[in-house]
Amino acid sequence: MSSASPALHPLDPQSASAPTDTAVHLRDVRRVFSGREVLGGIDLSIPPGEFVALLGHSGTGKTTILRILSGLDRADAGTVQVPTARSVVFQEPRLVPAKRVWQNVVIGHDQNRAARETAIAALREVGLGQHVDAWPKTLSGGEAQRVALARALAVEPDLLLLDEPFASLDALTRMRMHDLVAQLWERHHPAVVLVTHDVDEAIALADRIIVLNAGRITLDVRVNLSKPRLRTDARFGTLRQRLLDELGVISQPARHE
Amino acid sequence: MTDALATLAEGTGVARSRAPAGGRVSRSPQLQDLSPGEARSTRWRQASPWQRRATRLLVPVLILAAWQFVSEAGLVSTYVLPPPTAILAAFHELIVTGELQSAIVTSSARALSGLVIGGSLGLALGLFAGLWKLGDDVFDGPMQMLRMVPSIALIPLFIVWFGINETAKIALIITATAFPIYLNTYAGVRGIDNKLIEAGIIFGLDHKKLARRIILPTALPSILVGLRYSAGSSLLALVAAEQINARSGIGYILTIANQNQRVDIIIAGIIVYALLGLALAAFMTFVERLFLPWRTDIVLG
Repeated sequence: MSSASPALHPLDPQSASAPTDTAVHLRDVRRVFSGREVLGGIDLSIPPGEFVALLGHSGTGKTTILRILSGLDRADAGTVQVPTARSVVFQEPRLVPAKRVWQNVVIGHDQNRAARETAIAALREVGLGQHVDAWPKTLSGGEAQRVALARALAVEPDLLLLDEPFASLDALTRMRMHDLVAQLWERHHPAVVLVTHDVDEAIALADRIIVLNAGRITLDVRVNLSKPRLRTDARFGTLRQRLLDELGVISQPARHE
Repeated sequence: MTDALATLAEGTGVARSRAPAGGRVSRSPQLQDLSPGEARSTRWRQASPWQRRATRLLVPVLILAAWQFVSEAGLVSTYVLPPPTAILAAFHELIVTGELQSAIVTSSARALSGLVIGGSLGLALGLFAGLWKLGDDVFDGPMQMLRMVPSIALIPLFIVWFGINETAKIALIITATAFPIYLNTYAGVRGIDNKLIEAGIIFGLDHKKLARRIILPTALPSILVGLRYSAGSSLLALVAAEQINARSGIGYILTIANQNQRVDIIIAGIIVYALLGLALAAFMTFVERLFLPWRTDIVLG
């Protein structure tokens, strides 16, 4: 679908005019929480349709960047420009228990017949066509998260933000979700920012991997592997090792400290 | 090294199968049989629904029988405790004269009109205080203080203010019913997970739509719990209010019976109050099933 330039939406008054071929434009973005600098000057541009993974330990500012991109949080300084059409899949499904599945998918639309059709189409795409009228409480964890994915797609986003959306799923469901996300991205082609702890997940899905450390970008690499990316591929292993080293995870014979 | 590996290496499976591994002796554990079978299900579990229903009736029937017996045997004066048959006769008398029917209509109308006014008031204030900071600041403090006043304590004050007619009675029911629904509405709205609100904001809901599509539906179970409490309070307040110079209603029947020392009619009147309570509870269950179809526990329970 559209890789055309999305309508950019400045989230900061002091923003200069941004290049028009970007979906995300961050310039010297800073965020301080009660005296502690969480983001210390982030520069990041993402072209339309690019799949970016943000890797890092807990507390390195990944989620803060995602919340700033979503508009739920504001930067203290810097330029933040994101598309108006953007959506988020959170770590938990965050469905309204009192609304049927289809109503959750089109929660932001006027809930008429056309919206129902939109919801049904989105639910079919994630393989839940038979649960249109179900209540969220009757779904399994993986199904609920697929509803959240359908909800994020139903707004036809130019920027899709994924905040560790697979972290609470079991390993088998997570692998199926990876395939589903890859397929949906091929079809709709929004720019994607995926926040994750999981190096393998990042390599399997992303075009580009960014490693954060203490509120700064310390590595920005392209993943030049053809899809599907197999863990048995030697280059997969090399990239994996490089990322683990960058994250300070030592997988060679252990250092004793 | 495990047993299995050692066995493979040496090729003598049978002889080594219970040999100690790595010098440790594995003690055979004591086994507990958890397989399905006769031992686990008691006979009572297999009882038919009819048997179980009959069992539930056992105690009430025994109590009625004992009650009838002590009256008939002259152990207790029938003046103090008329037997169940006398209570039935009293019901018959009240129904034939038409007193009971008109009393139920009058009393229910009092309870319901008080509940509707008080409930709406509590709901409106609860939503205002729950949804808006201003409403919280203005109303929550006073409401939390006022709810500590037992509504029955207000009777003398209301008699001075409103006299001894209908107004005082309804006013008492209103004050009794407004608080439970206020408290539960406020708590329900305030208790909504902020994560749901964030999701709503991400998908473009403004304040009005957040309230309509996320906050109210999610707070509804709590609001209905408040309504259930309010319905109970309305009945309590009704009984108290009908002690104030009632000229109609169940309270009036009780007053007259009291003056005429008709204990059978007094007991009949008390039973009518209890039946009104049961009817209200059944109605609330119906309302909850109607409005909360997504609560699987209620539908299937």
